Amino acid sequence: MKREPPQSIADYGPLFFPAGMLLVFFVVPFGTMIAVSFFQRQEGGFYTPAFVFSNYERFLSAFFGGVLGFSLMLAITVAVCCVVLGLPFTYLLSRLPRRLQVIWLVALLSVLSLSEVIIGFAWSTLLSRTAGLSNLLVAIGILGQPVALFPSFGAVLTGMVYQALPYTILVLYPAIVRLDPTLMEAARTLGSSPIRAFFNVLVPALRNTIMATLIMVFIFALGSYLLPQILGRPQHWTLSVLITDQAIYQSNMPFAAAMAVFLVLVTLGLVGLTLLIGRKGEKA
Amino acid sequence: MDNIFKKGVSRRTVLGTGAMAAGVLAMPGILHAQDKSLKVGVYGGYFKDSFDKNIFPEFTKATGIAIESVAEPTGEAWLVQLEQAAKAGAAPADVSMMSQVAMLKGQTTKLWTPLDTAKIPNAKNLLDRFVNKYPDGGVAGIGAVAWYITLVTNTDVYKEAPTSWAAFWDKANADKLGLLALVSNSFLLEITAKTFFGGTNALDTEEGLLKAFDKLAEVKPNVRLWYRDEAQFEQSLKSGEIPMGQYYHDVTGLAASEGHPVRSTFPKEGGVQDSGCWALSRASKKVEEAHIFINYMSQPSIQATLSRKVGTSPTVKRELLDLNEKEFAAVSSDIEPIIPRYDLYTTKADWLNQKWTELIVG
Repeated sequence: MKREPPQSIADYGPLFFPAGMLLVFFVVPFGTMIAVSFFQRQEGGFYTPAFVFSNYERFLSAFFGGVLGFSLMLAITVAVCCVVLGLPFTYLLSRLPRRLQVIWLVALLSVLSLSEVIIGFAWSTLLSRTAGLSNLLVAIGILGQPVALFPSFGAVLTGMVYQALPYTILVLYPAIVRLDPTLMEAARTLGSSPIRAFFNVLVPALRNTIMATLIMVFIFALGSYLLPQILGRPQHWTLSVLITDQAIYQSNMPFAAAMAVFLVLVTLGLVGLTLLIGRKGEKA
Repeated sequence: MDNIFKKGVSRRTVLGTGAMAAGVLAMPGILHAQDKSLKVGVYGGYFKDSFDKNIFPEFTKATGIAIESVAEPTGEAWLVQLEQAAKAGAAPADVSMMSQVAMLKGQTTKLWTPLDTAKIPNAKNLLDRFVNKYPDGGVAGIGAVAWYITLVTNTDVYKEAPTSWAAFWDKANADKLGLLALVSNSFLLEITAKTFFGGTNALDTEEGLLKAFDKLAEVKPNVRLWYRDEAQFEQSLKSGEIPMGQYYHDVTGLAASEGHPVRSTFPKEGGVQDSGCWALSRASKKVEEAHIFINYMSQPSIQATLSRKVGTSPTVKRELLDLNEKEFAAVSSDIEPIIPRYDLYTTKADWLNQKWTELIVG
C-alpha cells in the first residue's frame, strides 16, 4: 500500500482528537498561566486582570537567580548521575538471559509505582540518626556513633536519582537491545578491551539516545518539589518549591505563574541549545 | 480505500467526543439530588477523624441534617481552592474551618457570606475576639475552636522541660529544632518580639520587623528541619531525631497520652494562640443549614466536648463551660497567650514573605 500525501481536510481527521486533547489539556491551561502571570496581585486578597510586568520584575533578583541556578544545577547533576549509572547497568542487563532481564525490568517498574511522598519518607528514615543506615556502620565498627545523613545535598541527590533511574533505564533499554551486537564483537576481535569498546564504540553509537535521556531526566528532575523539601535544607529548595509556596500558601497566583513561565522558558532555551550543539557536532 | 477508512475514523471520533461532552454536562444534575445535608471542611487527619467520630453523628441526630465532611489542607491552600471554585459558582464545602489569616484574606474578596446572628443565638456565648467581622459590621465567621502552638520537646533527650522560647536561641541546641516553614503559620516573628523586644507591638514598624528578622537569623544554625507537613516533624519528634521545636499543643498532648516520649510546654512568654472560624462560602446554597450548624457548634456543651475529645481550646466564655480545672489546663494555660499579628499578614504579606524566604533560604 502506497502512502499518499493528504488530499483534503478529511484526511487530517485522525489528528483532530489528539489535537483537541492537546488544546484542552495543554494549550489552554498554559495560556491561562501566561495570562495570569501578567495579572495584578492584590495583597491580602487574590488578583485582578491587568497587564503588568511587576511579577516578572520581582523575580529578576540575585536571590531568585541563585535559586534558579541551584535548581538547574541539581537537575543537571541528577541527569548526569542517572545516565552514568544507568548506561553500564542497562548494557549489562541487555546481555543477561531473557528471563533474568524480565525479572530486573519488573523490579524496576515496581519502583515507579511508589509515590514521591513514600520515596521521600523512606529515604529520610534510611538516612536518619535514630533508625538509619549509619547504625549499621556503627554495628560493624566503621563509625563511632550514628550520624544523621539528612537533610543534606547528598540526601536530595540520592532521593532524586533513585526516583529517576527507572525512567532512565527504560528509555535506554530499547536502544541498547536493538544495537547491532556485531559492533562490539568487531571491536573485541580487533583487540579492544571490553571497557575500551564500551566507551569507544557503544557510547558514540548511542550518542543521540544518551542526549535524549539526559534531556528527559533533566526536565523530570526540574519539576521535583517534594524531595528537596523532605530531604534538603532550605538552601536545597528548588524553584518549584518556591512556586508552590507562592501559589498554595501565599495565594499569589500571578507571581507563581510568572516564576513558572520563566522556568519553562529557561528549560526550553537550554534544551534547544543542547539540540543545536548536538546537530553541529554531527555535521563536523 | 485508504481515504474512506480515514473518514470513518474521524466521524466516529467526533461522535464519541460529542457523547463524552454530553455526559460531562449531565453530571452536575446528579450532584443536585441531595437534600438536607451540609458539606463541612475540617483539617484532614486527626482533626477530621475526631469530628467524624465525636461531633458530626450527634449533630445529625439532633437536627436531621446529614454532614459530609471534607478533608481540607492546612495553610491557605484551601482558601485558594474555595476562591477559585467560588469564581466558577461551585463550593467544594459549604462551611469550612478557616484559620485567621485565611479568614482575613477571604474577607478582602468577600468570599464569606455574611452570617445572620439572629439565627445563631449561641453566638453570644463566644469571646469577642473569636467573632470575625467585616468592616461594615457584618459577621464573616464564628469561632470554631482555638489551639496553641507551644514549645515541644522529646522527654528522652530533654529530661527537664525548657521554660522559655529563648531555648531556640541556645547554642547548645545546634541542629536540634523543627520549626514551621512559613512566616504566616509559624508566627516566629511574634515569638521573637515577645521574648526579646517586650511584646508584639515591637512589630508595628518596618524597623521593628527588621530587628526581629535579625534576631531570628540567629536561630538558623539550630534548625534541622523547616517543615510544611506536620507528619514530617511529629515523627521526628517522637523518635528523638529532632528533639525540640514548635508544634500544636493538642496533637502533642494526644501523642503523649499514647505513650510517646514527648511533652508540650507553655513557655513563660506564653504559647501562640491561633484559632479557626466557621465560614460560609458565598457559592454555597445551604445558608439555612449552615446557620443551624454554626449555632449548634457554638453551644458551651459542644465546646466542652471538643476540649475533652479533640483537645482544642474553647472559643466560648470560660464561665459557661463545665470543664474542671484539670480539663481546662490540659487545653489552655493561665499564662497570657501570644496573639499573632494577623494584620501584618494581609497588609505586608508579600514583603514579609520575601524577607522570610530570603532569611531561611539565603
